[in-house]
Amino acid sequence: MSLLKEVFSTSATRAFLSIVMGFLVGAIFMMVSSEDVGKALESGGLMDAIQAALRTVADGYAALFRGSIFNTRADDLATALRPLTETLRLAGPLIAAGLGISLGFRVGLFNIGGNGQMIFGILWATWISTRMELPVILHMVVAVIVAILGAALWGALVGFLKAQTGAHEVILTIMLNYVAISLFTWFIRSPNLLQAEQAGGTPKAEAPAFTAQLPQLFPGTYSLHLGFIFALIAVAVYWWLMERSAIGYRFRMVGHNPHAARTAGISVERTYVWAMAASAAFVGVAGANQALGTQVGYTETVHAGIGFDGITVALLGGGNAVGILFAGLLFGAFKAGGPQMQVIGVSPEVLGIVQGAIVLFIAAPPLVRAIFRLPSLASTPALDRLRAKLQRKETTS
Amino acid sequence: MKLELQGMTKRFGPVVANDNISLIVQPGEIHSLLGENGAGKSTLMNLLYGLYQPDEGRILLDDTEVKFSGPGDAMAAGIGMVHQHFMLVPVFSVAENVVLGNEPTNAIGALDLATARERVRDISARFGFDIDPDALIEDLPVGIQQRVEIVKALARDAKILILDEPTAVLTPQETDELMEIMRQLAQEGTSIVFITHKLREVKAVADVVTVIRGGKVIDSVSPSTEVGELASLMVGREVDLSVDKVEATAGATVLEIRDLVVVDERQQRVIDGVSLDVRAGEVLCIAGVEGNGQTALAETLLGVRNVSEGTISLAGEDITHASVKEVLEAGVGYVPEDRKKDGLVADFTIEENFMLDGSYSKPFTKGLSIDFASRHAHSEDLIKRFDVRTPSGHTLVKKLSGGNQQKVVVARELSRELKFFVAAQPTRGVDVGSIEFIHESIIKTRDSGIPVVIISTELDEVFNLADRIAVMYRGKIVGIVPPTISREDMGQMMAGIMPEGVSA
Repeated sequence: MSLLKEVFSTSATRAFLSIVMGFLVGAIFMMVSSEDVGKALESGGLMDAIQAALRTVADGYAALFRGSIFNTRADDLATALRPLTETLRLAGPLIAAGLGISLGFRVGLFNIGGNGQMIFGILWATWISTRMELPVILHMVVAVIVAILGAALWGALVGFLKAQTGAHEVILTIMLNYVAISLFTWFIRSPNLLQAEQAGGTPKAEAPAFTAQLPQLFPGTYSLHLGFIFALIAVAVYWWLMERSAIGYRFRMVGHNPHAARTAGISVERTYVWAMAASAAFVGVAGANQALGTQVGYTETVHAGIGFDGITVALLGGGNAVGILFAGLLFGAFKAGGPQMQVIGVSPEVLGIVQGAIVLFIAAPPLVRAIFRLPSLASTPALDRLRAKLQRKETTS
Repeated sequence: MKLELQGMTKRFGPVVANDNISLIVQPGEIHSLLGENGAGKSTLMNLLYGLYQPDEGRILLDDTEVKFSGPGDAMAAGIGMVHQHFMLVPVFSVAENVVLGNEPTNAIGALDLATARERVRDISARFGFDIDPDALIEDLPVGIQQRVEIVKALARDAKILILDEPTAVLTPQETDELMEIMRQLAQEGTSIVFITHKLREVKAVADVVTVIRGGKVIDSVSPSTEVGELASLMVGREVDLSVDKVEATAGATVLEIRDLVVVDERQQRVIDGVSLDVRAGEVLCIAGVEGNGQTALAETLLGVRNVSEGTISLAGEDITHASVKEVLEAGVGYVPEDRKKDGLVADFTIEENFMLDGSYSKPFTKGLSIDFASRHAHSEDLIKRFDVRTPSGHTLVKKLSGGNQQKVVVARELSRELKFFVAAQPTRGVDVGSIEFIHESIIKTRDSGIPVVIISTELDEVFNLADRIAVMYRGKIVGIVPPTISREDMGQMMAGIMPEGVSA
């Protein structure tokens, strides 16, 4: 019994069960939304409808597999493996953004300004990649660094305002999202700033110069590019920073108990500034991915909502580097597999529902426990708080 | 009203907080519940007050079984409770507070304050309390606020009054007055359950003493029992509460505070012209009723509060406006008053907690990285030297008992290179065994030639440790006296009066 409890109290198991639950919710949605099921019910009755329902779900998830991991219908191996490379390509920015948001969480900061931070980094990276001429590789490296620094600056601004005025970072980041995106739109609508030459009146940036593009890892075969390697490096950096370094230790200290940190001589305000900058820097890696991992021009939607998706990745990843890596891969697979599902007539929206449901189950552990009848003694935040309160009462009197 | 508890048991997960507790409180009796912190006294009272539901056991009032699903039920049945931390609304008047939750209303449903005032006056007159029903709570001294709490309970016809550590916030004089009130209430037939861990008070006022230890009733004894015997009943072994120490050999002045003024957020002068010298090799205790500027003084020394006027210097170096980090690096060891809030990170391991103020240097870090091997060795050493009872250094601090948590804080602070050591309430919420150990550590620190300042509201602790005692009242030092001063004179000083014939 205690072994079972041990196993189920680990976050990995809970994450896995949440994913299972998410897919079940998605299956229900597919059954309900399927026209085949409705028709079968009318013509053949209940048994036929159940059969049709199961077939729909099987077909749907099979299409997801074909679209994201291995295409069983391909003629040759290289083509069959393309979906996997697409998953990796799309997972790169999700992983990087997830790391950034997660770093914020661990310092007690809720950074929902990932989109704005990405865009601010992209703004300057676009400048480098479309308005400057530099040798190959160097151009790309400079653009990536500028994307990261730009994002970090936008994040540091949040930390600075929070430290100086006490304003809540949620409000600050939401508002700065608007500012950054509008600023970028204005830049790419102004011909003498960043607008592409053929764009006319619409806001659009040029494609990055070839020298600034993230090089493809398998040129000609797959569009997977260096961005994924950057994401892997980011995972390693995050791990070292948060688990091994003194700075990360101070980040965590402030996140757990700012009072104790202050008493220990840590400047909590300064830590907020650095932590927001670090959080945004990781998001900036995602920005570099978006702006430099393309061969065509883009508009302000280049952020693709990854700043927000990063929140779900961070929550599923449970704060640790490897967890975030896998969470990013999963959601990258969803992005890659969506079109295949659409091809066979399943609404790709089902993946959004699966994604949302997974995070919902993660965020509400008691729900998962109740469904799987797991031992209830494991801790939940609310229960922990209550217990801590009662204990405190007990010890102070 | 007669109160009887039969076989009360309350479990929190695997922890049995109350284990088959039975006791009887006769009408008009002052029944003292004596026990260490964490013995289960408050759990028992929360069961009685309907805040918790018992897993087993029965509550009988005048021999009839009752069941409470919340404090409302308990109040309706005639049980009143005065919590350790008052449940009063500071910006409301006395009358408003007394009727809160049970407001008299007139025909159209508006609050009938006249009746409320009348109630307060009635009860005040009956017990000789001097309470103005229109005074705002925030303007009243703590002792009077406590009386308002008592009036609140009596206004709801409480026949059984529970007082949870009521003397923690009072001066010795106010404590005496409270005891007088308790006797008077008992004479009028109110039963009183008096929760405390202070032996002196038990002996002074109780009719019956029930000792609780580890969630169980150990014994019911008469208050005439020897103090030493009560203490060993409470702790479960022989205790020697005195501290062995040799005469201090005070050296040169190390810490110099001159005309210090500190103003808080509300522009109150929390420290109002304090000057102090602390010499190498002495323990200076700062005594006083809680909230008279002692905490602020400690925080100012550390650098978390800004100094408005005056200077602080440590070994000739001016640290008046130094940051916390600079103060710590200058060699100040600091044990904060509230260890859970300021002294520890509950979700960190013991090893990580040893590192809180050491994350910039050896033995914890090497370059930008944490030096895990050296940290582990250092922390194993501290765990052994400071007798921290734990399965390992990787145990989360929140899983430790209060005493062991405090040893972690003390170990961390004393293990640094120190020029000066200050500890606020070093043994609050700590078991007797750990108190002995911490006191010994403090004296050892003194004997190694480091000046020590102990801030404490526990007079026993002050008398045990101090070589000199500075008494604070309303942000000022009333006087600095030797520990040979009588408790009565001490009490006067804590109320701001310098007694005649006492010289610094």
